[in-house]
Amino acid sequence: MSTLRFALAGNPNSGKTTLFNELTKSTAHVGNWPGVTIDRREGTFKDGNIEAEIIDLPGIYSLSPYTPEEVIARNYIVEENPDVIINIVDVTNLERNLYLTTQLLEMDCPMVVALNMCDQLEKHNDFIDRIGLEKALGVPVVRISALQSHGIDKLMKKAVLAAAVNRKSSSVLRNTVLEKPIEEIEMRLLEQGAKHPLHKAIKIIEGDAHVQADDNLRKLKDDLIADVDDIEALIADLRYKHITKHYSPFLRKSLKPGELTTSEKVDKIITNKYLGIPIFVVIMYLIFHLTFGENLFFIEGLPSPGVLLQSGAELLIENIGDLTTDFLIATGASEWTYSLLVNGIIGGVGAVLSFVPQIILVFFFLSVLEDSGYIARAAFIMDRLLKRFGLSGRSFMPLLMGFGCSVPSILATRTLDSERDRRLTMILIPYMSCGAKMPIYALFATALFKQHSDIAVFGMYMLGIAVAVVSGVILKNTVFKDSKTPFIMELPDYHRPRARNLLLHVWEKLKGYIIKAGTIILVSTVFIWLLANFNFKLQMVEQNSIDSILGTIGNVIKHFFTPLGFVGKADGWKPVMAILTGFIAKEAVVSTLGVLYAGGAAGDALLQTIASNFTSASALSFMAFNLLSVPCMAAVSALFAEMKSAKWAWFSVAFWVASAWVASFLVYTFAGLF
Amino acid sequence: MDFTVKDLKRGESGLVQKVNGQGAIRRRLFDMGITPGATITMRKAAPLGDPVEITVRGYQLSIRKSEANSVVVAKNEV
Repeated sequence: MSTLRFALAGNPNSGKTTLFNELTKSTAHVGNWPGVTIDRREGTFKDGNIEAEIIDLPGIYSLSPYTPEEVIARNYIVEENPDVIINIVDVTNLERNLYLTTQLLEMDCPMVVALNMCDQLEKHNDFIDRIGLEKALGVPVVRISALQSHGIDKLMKKAVLAAAVNRKSSSVLRNTVLEKPIEEIEMRLLEQGAKHPLHKAIKIIEGDAHVQADDNLRKLKDDLIADVDDIEALIADLRYKHITKHYSPFLRKSLKPGELTTSEKVDKIITNKYLGIPIFVVIMYLIFHLTFGENLFFIEGLPSPGVLLQSGAELLIENIGDLTTDFLIATGASEWTYSLLVNGIIGGVGAVLSFVPQIILVFFFLSVLEDSGYIARAAFIMDRLLKRFGLSGRSFMPLLMGFGCSVPSILATRTLDSERDRRLTMILIPYMSCGAKMPIYALFATALFKQHSDIAVFGMYMLGIAVAVVSGVILKNTVFKDSKTPFIMELPDYHRPRARNLLLHVWEKLKGYIIKAGTIILVSTVFIWLLANFNFKLQMVEQNSIDSILGTIGNVIKHFFTPLGFVGKADGWKPVMAILTGFIAKEAVVSTLGVLYAGGAAGDALLQTIASNFTSASALSFMAFNLLSVPCMAAVSALFAEMKSAKWAWFSVAFWVASAWVASFLVYTFAGLF
Repeated sequence: MDFTVKDLKRGESGLVQKVNGQGAIRRRLFDMGITPGATITMRKAAPLGDPVEITVRGYQLSIRKSEANSVVVAKNEV
């Protein structure tokens, strides 16, 4: 017997992911749907004699032709013929969930309805007549609670039984005014030997261009529904009318109309006109503070969990570096082996891996917000602000996290629901000045701005935000002009997050980062090491010197920076070199300057040479360029992984360089006036 | 001028008459349950004035005022 294939279909927020995790345990693997960049998740269910492959279809509200998710879901069912559709239905939101069910029933595919969140039902003293609903729908109905793993075995047994029987499609649109048109077109499709004729007939009647139909059929359709002036409205209306009349009565609610649910009561405070924003700010600040704060709760010297863990990771990597050094010295390895391993690979890959603790924390907090239902409220509160530059409220969280580190922020764009929003947000994230750029500001501000150094640093942060706003407006009106995403978002009920779910979320995201980013970074680290340590004749030279390939390149491309004011002197290649090494990690800008200007000295000696080699205007311009230009390698590889399109990733890189150049030029010109 | 969801005050509700507009956004509103005959209750506006939160078919939905303005309702008299 071949393995059964069960497709999991249901609304977003219906507990589909939880059920999928519950069914597949740790066997899930993630890929992409053919042709689009939406996650395709598959896993295996195994229990006794039952073995089935579970395919997690995208969370959808309908099978309309308007979003890629919806098209994927129906194409999968039509073309891949799963053995059973498991339709997960949130019983606390029955009517809207059953709307999708009425569409799935129109496919010639066995189906089982899983009524999820039945534990919530009991808590509210509500009751669902499962047998009544089963009779009305004509397919097996099982009560489950995915969160508490109730009813899972029963669901799978029913699914296996359902798979053994051919199921004939059914539609709630029969016995309505559309009965005759549907029947006629269905007959024609049957004659043509089409699969899922009922589903296709209804889609053709809806005017769905994704379903193939010849001209005769389209013409027949036009004649048949000539007296209907708004077919899409009529069909949606008929579906909902059927649901309220024939299905809704099976759910008996103890709540009197007008009485508030717990979620609604909580919402009265959390999205309150006056309290909403302060609560939002406090939550955001806490997350930020716990992940990136140097002084926890303003206690000097007490690091936040994020910073503590990160320094732990750095220490670990440093120790690995030291051990490797000792080992290499003991074995008498050549100088270049040492340089490649310790300075190149351990230094570069280590810098990237040291972000892991903070990534874990960011994702942990994000998952808590997501599971609890707060993330939708945060989007609700911030939407107005972000709408102006082409984004929706959902982008706020990743952008804010950008002030800590771009890498987890870029990964966090996965919580956005449209491709367009994801891409635009990713382009804007690096403008939020990350923690690693701080040492650059600190060096220049102390060297040149003395008592006004705080203003200079603050100004840099503001500059980043300003450039993000301007870029958002520009991109919204050019590159992203055609696509406009509406903001029609469900505010799901609040839930208490489950530890197991949180850990799974965090692990899934982290795994992706380590594998994808890790491989790209290893290769680029070695590449950059080569450039910084060898000349064009492939002879080893002093690291980061003008004789190295990187130095030679820096000396040539410094002309590109001439209008920005900081490469005027004969050793103008030095700042360029610093910018180039900043690609490994932004902290490297400072250490490179230290080596090139002060022979590795830090402190006063470095400050003095910086003060004598830069003017206020050129220092501002240099800082601005480092802030706005291409972020570090770790962020860029995260970008390449998340954009899932080399074209878009390169566009982002080009956009950053261009915007950095223009902004630095303006800063230099403007600052030169004083 | 039609009376739309946007014109509902906090706590007021209305019966959907029709949904204006076209294409994907209109279809999305239908799919979310905003069809003729559905009751919509205005819950609140976001702290910055937009979007708004409504209750439809027993759940909370957030839509921008521009979308709310395309849903024509007949106000329920209390």
